[in-house]
Amino acid sequence: MTGSGPPAPAHRAALAVLRKDLLLELRTLETVPAMALFAVATLVVFHFGLNRDTLSGQLAAGVLTVTLLFAAMLGTGRLFVAEREQGGFDAFLLAPVDRTAMLFAKVAALLVYLVVLELIAVPAFALLLSPPRLGVALPGVALMLALGDLALAVIGTLVSALAVQTRARDLIGPIVGLPLLIPALIATARGLGPLLDRHGSVSPQGKWVAFLALYDLVGALIAYAVFDFLLED
Amino acid sequence: MMTHSRHLRGLAIATAVTITAALTLVFFYAPLDADQGFVQKIFYLHVPLAIVSLCGFVLGGIFAIGYLRTGRRIWDMRSYCAIHMALIFSVGGIVTGSIWAKASWGHWWVWQEPTLVSYLIVILMFATYQPLRFSIEDPERQSRYAAVFAIVGGAFVPLNFIAVRLSVEFVHPRVLNLEGGALPGSMKLVFYISLVGIALLFATLMKYEMAAKETRAETRRLRRALHACEDPGATDRPSRRTAAPVGAH
Repeated sequence: MTGSGPPAPAHRAALAVLRKDLLLELRTLETVPAMALFAVATLVVFHFGLNRDTLSGQLAAGVLTVTLLFAAMLGTGRLFVAEREQGGFDAFLLAPVDRTAMLFAKVAALLVYLVVLELIAVPAFALLLSPPRLGVALPGVALMLALGDLALAVIGTLVSALAVQTRARDLIGPIVGLPLLIPALIATARGLGPLLDRHGSVSPQGKWVAFLALYDLVGALIAYAVFDFLLED
Repeated sequence: MMTHSRHLRGLAIATAVTITAALTLVFFYAPLDADQGFVQKIFYLHVPLAIVSLCGFVLGGIFAIGYLRTGRRIWDMRSYCAIHMALIFSVGGIVTGSIWAKASWGHWWVWQEPTLVSYLIVILMFATYQPLRFSIEDPERQSRYAAVFAIVGGAFVPLNFIAVRLSVEFVHPRVLNLEGGALPGSMKLVFYISLVGIALLFATLMKYEMAAKETRAETRRLRRALHACEDPGATDRPSRRTAAPVGAH
């Protein structure tokens, strides 16, 4: 930070990067449509792999969670590619802004991608594998998915920033990210299970909501603490 | 310079003595378990291996914090060696755990045992430390990124244990566990001696690895200096090129 004058506020820098990312995505339509197509294709594979026309309970929750996870992995892998290949990192480091702005912007961008993905994938899931009473349990499902999305976005951003500088980034991203995400996936899948069950409760179990919130909090704090070191050069 | 070869011999002797004593006590002094009989003796190997390897992973994360704070390469080396050794110990831990599960519960793998499952997830997590590290070419960035990973991994170890324990509705009854304190005094004594033995083994092997790394770096440095003395013109360029990252720190 050698530039003159005080650094721009972090939120303005973060908003600028987020706006750039969303605009880029809107113009190229590269990542989110691919994620959505991948998710629908995964549901079809599950239909044949499990040989079931309808799913319910824990099985439905597991299928939905794994499908969303796989699609999220696709988006995560591409998160920093433009920065790496077109000198965005250098430009960002030269700008007199707080480096954490990059973390906020990328987490927000990934979160937007994931929400758009779910707006397509969850109806597709309901249509193709018709889980019972998804409509009634929708607020609970939305809560679990939102908390899960936050976990995916934070850890995904961190792992993507780690992996993008490696030689084998397409390999490193998923193998590093998946074990880190296992606790969040356990909580999402187990929290969704009763919601998609014909005889289960309509609201998610408190322990899974609390655990996911804790996971998101810890993940966010760690990402905030270490992210600067990933941009240093 | 050679800080890590100091005390190495003393440490190695202490390790050998403690481990021999522990094994002797395990086989000739510790009483046979009433339920499981002779098979239970693997407990004296499995539980210390598991505890020491988990501590090793967390230690790797703590050393990594040291590296990010100070920027000194010695902390990076400590972090690397701790995680490397912990990974080796954890493979031993999970194999002995699996053998014990087969002998006492009849299955090689038991999903109802949260400790075993969380332990596997932690191993899967830290098993990616080396692939991540070695696919980064720049040595300084390699250390920095590996340190970030070690800190994140270390912090997620407790979350893993919580998540897996919450997910298991019915926990396998355990005759012997650490929290229960159900161990009779003689078993407890033998267990603690084994734990100290394995911890000493970890420390010795880690120190050996660090000493070996130091020696190799020193040899390389001397060889380069020697070449530079003998024939300055011919080796000038390559030696300066390879020396550049070392000199930068």
